[in-house]
Amino acid sequence: MTHATASLMRPPFPAERGVDAHNLKLGMWVFLASEVMFFTALIGSYVILRFGAPGEWAKPGVVLNIPVTAFNTFLLICSSVSMVKAFAAISDGDQKMLKVWLLVTIIGGAMFVGIQAYEYTHLIHRGFLPSGVREGSELAELVANGTLPAATMGLYGSTFYAMTGFHGFHVTCGVVAMAYLYLFRVRRGKYSQQDYRGIEAVGLYWHFVDLVWIILFTIVYLI
Amino acid sequence: MTTVAATHDVGHGEHAPSGFWRKYIFSTDHKTIGIQFLFLSLFFLLLGGILAMQMRWQLGFPGKPMPGGGILPESMAPGGVILPEYYIQLVTMHGTFMVFFAIMPLLVGVFANFLIPLKLGAHDMAFPRINMASFWFAFAAGMVMLASLFVPEGAARAGWTMYAPLSARPDLSGAELGQKLWSVSIVLLGLSSILGSLNYITTIINNRAPGMTWFRMPLSVWSLFITAILGLLALPVLSGAAIMLLFDQTIGTHFFDPPAGGQPLLWQHLFWFFGHPEVYILILPAMGMVSDIIANGSRKPIFGYHSMVFAIIAIAFLGWIVWGHHMFMSGMNPTLGSSFMISTMVIAVPSAIKTFNWMGTMWRGNLRFHVPMMHAVAFVAMFVIGGLSGIFMAATPVDMHIHDTYFIVAHLHYVLFGGSLFALFGAITYWYPKMFGRMMSERWGKIHFWLTFVFYNLVFFPMHNLGMAGHMRRIYDPTQYDFLKPLQPLNTFISVCAFLLFASQAIFALNFIISLFRGQKAPQNPWLDNGLEWTLPNPAPHGNWAQIPSVYRGPYEFSSPEVEEDYLPQTRKLPTDREPAVLSSGAPS
Repeated sequence: MTHATASLMRPPFPAERGVDAHNLKLGMWVFLASEVMFFTALIGSYVILRFGAPGEWAKPGVVLNIPVTAFNTFLLICSSVSMVKAFAAISDGDQKMLKVWLLVTIIGGAMFVGIQAYEYTHLIHRGFLPSGVREGSELAELVANGTLPAATMGLYGSTFYAMTGFHGFHVTCGVVAMAYLYLFRVRRGKYSQQDYRGIEAVGLYWHFVDLVWIILFTIVYLI
Repeated sequence: MTTVAATHDVGHGEHAPSGFWRKYIFSTDHKTIGIQFLFLSLFFLLLGGILAMQMRWQLGFPGKPMPGGGILPESMAPGGVILPEYYIQLVTMHGTFMVFFAIMPLLVGVFANFLIPLKLGAHDMAFPRINMASFWFAFAAGMVMLASLFVPEGAARAGWTMYAPLSARPDLSGAELGQKLWSVSIVLLGLSSILGSLNYITTIINNRAPGMTWFRMPLSVWSLFITAILGLLALPVLSGAAIMLLFDQTIGTHFFDPPAGGQPLLWQHLFWFFGHPEVYILILPAMGMVSDIIANGSRKPIFGYHSMVFAIIAIAFLGWIVWGHHMFMSGMNPTLGSSFMISTMVIAVPSAIKTFNWMGTMWRGNLRFHVPMMHAVAFVAMFVIGGLSGIFMAATPVDMHIHDTYFIVAHLHYVLFGGSLFALFGAITYWYPKMFGRMMSERWGKIHFWLTFVFYNLVFFPMHNLGMAGHMRRIYDPTQYDFLKPLQPLNTFISVCAFLLFASQAIFALNFIISLFRGQKAPQNPWLDNGLEWTLPNPAPHGNWAQIPSVYRGPYEFSSPEVEEDYLPQTRKLPTDREPAVLSSGAPS
């Protein structure tokens, strides 16, 4: 506390006693620890099921449209950048740019969810379900001619939809939270250079959701 | 920094809510939420007890019509005779209600909510509205679980551990909707616990009164802090597993379905990775509150305060690397089994440190056997028995013999009933005046204690013998097996004692309810304790303190030579005490 640099680095609103972080920021970090465990359970199960599977795992490119999802990944990373810009704007006290960049982030997140919804519709149309491959569908033919392994398609569908679905749910929650802040806080000018705790907390959450997606994209779509 | 005015969304500064709904139902006051949890979980404790009595009837008097069983529908107990399909529901729901909806919310929901701000000198929790959400998620979870008893085919049937594929496939369990409702309820409960935990952790880290340093915190708060960390990190794993189970049950995924490549063992690993930290969630808060009560009842500082804190941390840490000992019989690489065996046995060390510290606290103390103290001492004794039987089953070769027998049932009831529930009876009696402003009856409290203590041991100690003789847990009718027939008189004896144990709890219930209205008005500090909560009137007002008090010492300064009285409150300033530093912001958090 007496340290001069530490004092300069700190945000201007009062930190609670204890650690040098206000309750909302600390609470968000604690919540993210729990989120890490949740995704660890999902991803860990995926690893166990994939490596213990009775037979080969399907090549990702056969079922999934990787270029579209790669674009989606890029979009989500960009929305993380715009989140940082929103945070930087309000820590400089610039309410106008906060509005702009937060709106960009919301749109980026919403587009991510939209593209994911499109991807799901397309996959289900081709016969890829959480329970496996639908009889008589396009993918069923690929299973029949040996391009896709019959024994593991059920697990492939289960893990794919559980992991990406829960990530999509988290993105949706983030978009809703940001839209709430935008409508009821940001537009009414409740944030200032002195107090931008809500933006900081939602920013932490958003970066976390982004980070999880980078892991999921790698293990589900690339390897 | 000191020039910036504190802006806080915490409850202080706001006026106390006046309407009935905001004050008693949708309250954000941590004390009201704690009391809401108290009534909810006592209800589920009673319900879990009623289910246990039906099990005991069937085990003690197999195939005989149960008195009053006629009110149950034909599909459960035609003519009052319990059917096997109903019996397995009783087993499942007794475990589920007791673990998730009685003991866990009693320890954490009630006492973490009620005690943390009061003992730390805070106006309220860090996030009062999240706290309220936590209660209502728990309430919803409880109602969903309760509703599952009344759906066609009845409640879940796969035991409280919900092993797959039995739980995942209705063609195996015979219950479709009941199983799904179990999964939904557990997901909701997980959410409630996570919200609660993040609140407790943030509050303890950030919202302590000036001078309330880490090592001046009462052990009850320390244990609730560590418990909250366990809950925060363990519950999401259970939620993840329960969601996968729900997907298996509803949208046809194959996580735990062997024919499609799913792995039933994965469920067991996920469940016990949660489940073992969970057993410490169910005992650590009890240990903490017992430490507070024993120091008070002994009129001595707690023996080995720091070692108590580090023992709690050590138990919690080790709790993460022992889950495999629940699965020795599930098939496991023997080398891995050995490492789980050793890590499990290591837990005996910090547990023994705590036990000896409690004894060291009582040693040559000026003992006062008030009702909470009697329960606390019983806790120590019963926990030692439960702990010792735990070492038996930690040893892989012994566990091979006693796994899934009544020895396990005896063990878990010695720690959960003899441990947690005795501590809870003590804690409820101890903090009752703070909650309701009246005292519970001392005389009826003692009668309840002795009846419970005697019948409890008569019920659960013989179960060790049943287990050693090979009596399986969760079986419907022991007389079907020739080798269990000689044990049937013991089973009948246990059942009779169980009915008497259950009946004895009526004394507690009546004492609790009658004291609400007729109990003696509580003095401000009825137990002559040092904690911050006793500097407030009974019951404490909304927002607790108008002005946050300063803290000058730890909570266990009993029989201090510096003062006339045999207790020295944490907030009392002696001439030698220095004013604690108010940190940078000066924010009265």
